Amino acid sequence: MWKWIQAFASPQNFYQSSEKIIPWLMVPFILLSLAGLYWGLVVSPADYQQGDSVRIMFVHVPAAWMSLFVYVVMAVAGGIGLIWQIKLAFVVAKVSAPIGAAFTFLALITGSIWGKPMWGTWWAWDARLTSELILLFLYLAYMSLNNAFDNPKTANKASAILAIVGLVNIPIIYYSVEWWNSLHQGSSVSVSKVSMQIDMFIALMLISFAFKFLYGALVLMRSRDEVLVREQNSRWVRMLITGSEK
Amino acid sequence: MNIYLQTLTRDLHSAIHNLSSVLNPLLFFIISISLFPLAISPEASMLSQIAAGVIWVASMLAVLLSLNTLFHNDFDNGVLEQMVISHHSLPLLILSKIVAHWLLTGVPIILLSPLLGVLLFLDNESIKILMLTLLLATPSLSLIGAIGASLIVSIKNSGMLLSLLILPLYIPILIFASSAVSQAQSGLEIDAQLYFLATILVVSLMLVPLVSALSLKISLE
Repeated sequence: MWKWIQAFASPQNFYQSSEKIIPWLMVPFILLSLAGLYWGLVVSPADYQQGDSVRIMFVHVPAAWMSLFVYVVMAVAGGIGLIWQIKLAFVVAKVSAPIGAAFTFLALITGSIWGKPMWGTWWAWDARLTSELILLFLYLAYMSLNNAFDNPKTANKASAILAIVGLVNIPIIYYSVEWWNSLHQGSSVSVSKVSMQIDMFIALMLISFAFKFLYGALVLMRSRDEVLVREQNSRWVRMLITGSEK
Repeated sequence: MNIYLQTLTRDLHSAIHNLSSVLNPLLFFIISISLFPLAISPEASMLSQIAAGVIWVASMLAVLLSLNTLFHNDFDNGVLEQMVISHHSLPLLILSKIVAHWLLTGVPIILLSPLLGVLLFLDNESIKILMLTLLLATPSLSLIGAIGASLIVSIKNSGMLLSLLILPLYIPILIFASSAVSQAQSGLEIDAQLYFLATILVVSLMLVPLVSALSLKISLE
């Protein structure tokens, strides 16, 4: 197992084998999101309180989940890189940051569009919204720290430490609706109990799995680019580009 | 005298020789606060409402400004490198530097805060609470700031980077501290906020020296 990981994690091997994996992530993403959109927009009923605007949930909630998930992946990948010195882990951490920031931004924007008809305001300074905004700032801080170093090795490690320190924020976001009285509604999905209509739940799950696949595909695509840039002086990259030994 | 106390007194000594590096953040603290009555409204009712938040934001920014000097001089003259390779515990050496930093910025801010509270029409009871929150949380500001300072110490033109890294991590402290004062002003219990501030302090006191030592080692590689 360990040997397999190390073999796969060598940049050259990763570059070659990841190409074959990407379609296996892209196709499920497209299928799941089409199914999810159909289920969310056609099959699932309008909410008895919120009407049709509840359908924003099918983008908003998966995006918010992804914003936390990607951050955890980023911090864990950074930690793996720090501990086991796996170069590829740093690459995954680095390329995850903009994707995670995009999901966070999407969650904030869709939340704001949902908030206008429901709460009568685009924005409220309450615990969940503020902590999600901090998460966006953390992603941006991570990205700018990563870009600030001349030496990529130092950049990898320093930004990994920042990501791990910022991990403190994740449980605060997750539990913010339970710890504080918040305008934001409590969560409707937990491991033990689902408090929503079953068709809504199916649509929500379809989209959230679609987002997971999308993230996987994007990470692989961006990691391939990043690996090429980082290994630009190695022989296999030169051979790949020029097609010859020299 | 042991090495950790020596590090602390050395930092205090070099601050006395270079007084402006200590005074400038404090002057910034006072001047930035005095802008608010001019910009918003000189009315007592308005100012007493925003006073706690204003003082807290200004003290965070003042601490942030002073953090640039925490490791930078020692990095330039090579002392930091000697600390890393010495046989003494690096986390504890860093902790002594952080304590020195707190004595030079946090403590003066706490001592200045009643004066500024009076200028912003805070009542005496709220000023006491404000000082209590500052006492509980300015050490956390120095501690958490040390992580950022140690991450960027080797970057030449770090400029605004430190504030980008540190301010998001400061936000929870700001929320609990300023809500403690405003809750006290409306006569509510503030135990929860104080416990949270104390928790942040204890946790960062335990973990920051270790994290900061690790990132200094990485920066000096």
